Amino acid sequence: MKFLRKQIDKVKPFFDKGGKYEKFGPAFAGFETFLYVPNHTTSKGAHIRDGVDLKRVMMIVVLALLPALIFGTWNIGYQNMGDGHSFWEYFSFGGIRILPMIIISYGVGLGIEFAYAVFRGHSVNEGYLVTGLLIPMIMPIDMPLWMLTISVVFAVIIGKEAFGGTGMNILNPALVARAFALFSYAPFMSGSTVWVADSVVDGVSGETVLGVLAANNIPTTSVYDMFMGFMPGSIGETSVLMILIGAAFLLFTGMASWRIMLSSLIGASIMGFVFNLIGSDTNELFNYPWWKHLLVGGFAFGIVFMATDPVTAAQTTKGKWIYGFLIGIFAILIRIINPTLPEGMMMAILLMNVFAPTIDHYVIESNIKKRKKRLQKIKA
Amino acid sequence: MSKDIRIKKGLTIKLKGKAQQKLSSVSRSNTFVIKPSNFYGIIPKMIVKVGEKVQVGDIVFYAKHNDQIKFTSPVSGVVKEIIRGARRKILSIEITAEAKDTYKDFGTKTPNKLTVPLVKELLLESGCWAYIKQRPYDIIANPDEQPKAIFISAYATAPLSADINFTLSGKENEFQTGIEVLSKLTEGNVHLSVDSKNSSFFNDVQGVSLHKVSGKHPAGNVGVHISRVDPVNVGEKVWVVQPQDVVVIGKLFLTGKYDPTKIIALAGSQVEDPQYYTVIQGAQIKDIVKGRLVNEKNRIISGNPLSGEAVTERDTIGFYDNLITVLPEGDHYTFFGWMPFFGNDKFSMSRTFFSFLTPNKEYKLDTNFNGEDRAMVVTGEMEKVMPIDIYPMQLLKATLVGDIEKMENLGIYEVAPEDFALIDFVSSSKIEAQDIIRQGIDLMIKEVG
Repeated sequence: MKFLRKQIDKVKPFFDKGGKYEKFGPAFAGFETFLYVPNHTTSKGAHIRDGVDLKRVMMIVVLALLPALIFGTWNIGYQNMGDGHSFWEYFSFGGIRILPMIIISYGVGLGIEFAYAVFRGHSVNEGYLVTGLLIPMIMPIDMPLWMLTISVVFAVIIGKEAFGGTGMNILNPALVARAFALFSYAPFMSGSTVWVADSVVDGVSGETVLGVLAANNIPTTSVYDMFMGFMPGSIGETSVLMILIGAAFLLFTGMASWRIMLSSLIGASIMGFVFNLIGSDTNELFNYPWWKHLLVGGFAFGIVFMATDPVTAAQTTKGKWIYGFLIGIFAILIRIINPTLPEGMMMAILLMNVFAPTIDHYVIESNIKKRKKRLQKIKA
Repeated sequence: MSKDIRIKKGLTIKLKGKAQQKLSSVSRSNTFVIKPSNFYGIIPKMIVKVGEKVQVGDIVFYAKHNDQIKFTSPVSGVVKEIIRGARRKILSIEITAEAKDTYKDFGTKTPNKLTVPLVKELLLESGCWAYIKQRPYDIIANPDEQPKAIFISAYATAPLSADINFTLSGKENEFQTGIEVLSKLTEGNVHLSVDSKNSSFFNDVQGVSLHKVSGKHPAGNVGVHISRVDPVNVGEKVWVVQPQDVVVIGKLFLTGKYDPTKIIALAGSQVEDPQYYTVIQGAQIKDIVKGRLVNEKNRIISGNPLSGEAVTERDTIGFYDNLITVLPEGDHYTFFGWMPFFGNDKFSMSRTFFSFLTPNKEYKLDTNFNGEDRAMVVTGEMEKVMPIDIYPMQLLKATLVGDIEKMENLGIYEVAPEDFALIDFVSSSKIEAQDIIRQGIDLMIKEVG
């Protein structure tokens, strides 16, 4: 490793201030700090610092995504080929299809991030490490790669960099990519043929549970299959079990808000339960048991990996409760009574992303009021 | 009257090299130093010139904004040098010490028999006024004002901090007298907060309202106690004094001498035999640490590792500090240092290191930044270490944009930089919270006063 360090130190002066390639300094620093946590020492404030940094935080989230990703890759093969094949056959079938998506997502997204860093002269932020993996995981597997490319470009430039980059964006960039793709290329993003690889060619039926319900039929998928994830859907979203493993990891390491996850769960349960009570003869979704709503579609994936994005979620503790609760409510509400979208999770999160600052505003306002009241009491 | 304060939020950082309860003295320094930067916001106006002779308690300089506030010599000797920096700013004043101190006599006094103006005058003339700081702003108190209460925190929770029961032992009388002096200065209470588990020294202190405090750091910060007992509102002032300084004030009234001798801890993983020393304020760092450190690239900090100030060997221990921490410098690269669950010699509040398995281990932390500064991304981590009823992230953001009304609303008056020290530590985006709050306070002083 000393050899590598020596090589880096040799070329580093070219990228430092006054060096030949000064302009590309941020990009060089991006690579250098990827390899080595730099030798910076504290210059003001606390002299010692916690070992955690943003790279570590983002890597934790990536690790948490891996169970769902690995299962999703396997499931692509399983959904296409059906029973009777080995794990590796399924996995390689899926791997061949998902790998290009991941490469494109990271390549294009990080390319733009580096370009922005160079042009704007700021350091490369780590936020895209997570976004870049999330995007392929919430897309249909048969999506043409050029569509994915354009969605990524849109998400990174309009969804994130336009606001100032990581930490400043209002909407979750991965969901921006998905929303963009959904509205731009609807035939490729919904319907009964997109959720299983090569379903048109191979004639495999690939309707999601929610798609079946939206068509007013009763789905036949068993609860076991829904929990384990043996059903069609976006790559990452199908297996509740794998998502729960990821969630447990996130909560254990303290990297995601349990308040958001729990309150979304409560919100969705209540909303589903209310619709169960109301019932309907014309809309089968009303009658779908509330607890099954939690197992299907992107709900589990959404509350664990999307709603908890700290940048776009509410930032105050009380705000997180409200934010999560409303995501749950809206996700089920959109699912059940919106005729055009079979799944409401994406819209619910994006909607609450927009309202998160408002929620925080009122939470903070109450703290301010308390302070003013205290003052009045003293004056009186 | 006693009320318990239990703090739930916070983080106790266990570091290697805690001072053993053993007391030695250091050899008397040849040169003593006064650093005006110890007194935040004070611009010194010199009274003495280079070559002039001073006694202990003679005025060296006064504050430009208020000539009542005077600063006196801790030692008798000859003014050797006035070191100036850019724009002739006075960085430090060095005094060549005589072998034995001669003291200016202020006369022994009984505080209860003096009028308030006389008490104030004695404190101001002797230089003891500088020990009294005010909240908001964490600056030296204005002698023309009257605080609604005075707070003393005798509970130190910061990493490596000196055990106050030990540093004060045997000084009950001086401490009690100091309390009597302080209670003359306010019509409100003098609040003394002590460690709920170990407060033997303070059991018999009269004339205070005693609070037993428990919890993780920053449970010992006086700002936390104020927020729990009697929070600062707009326009109100609270004064704070540190226990070892109460003793100096007490000594002044009992003996008529200004005697800034104190017991300090020399601690940290780079100290060979961490223990306590008796020093006179102003003694040079080099005389305190000489031969007592591991010979590596070290950082010497006056104060605790979270909110102390880095000093050189030519400097002195901070006026308000009773701890010198020595830590290894951390200017090294770590290969793939961000990989979760690797590099477990580091300490973290998050469970992204296996260090969470060993909560009682004492860590040898260095001054590495452990990352790079970033925009604020992760939420909730600041709140975990902020027991004061404010929204730290929102206050920091309001401060960054200089929105005075918002800062006021969000509670800038209730905080001091040291209350944000743990946020410096835990922030995964490496936010310089103490620096931001300090600048915010500067802005408030300038705009609101």
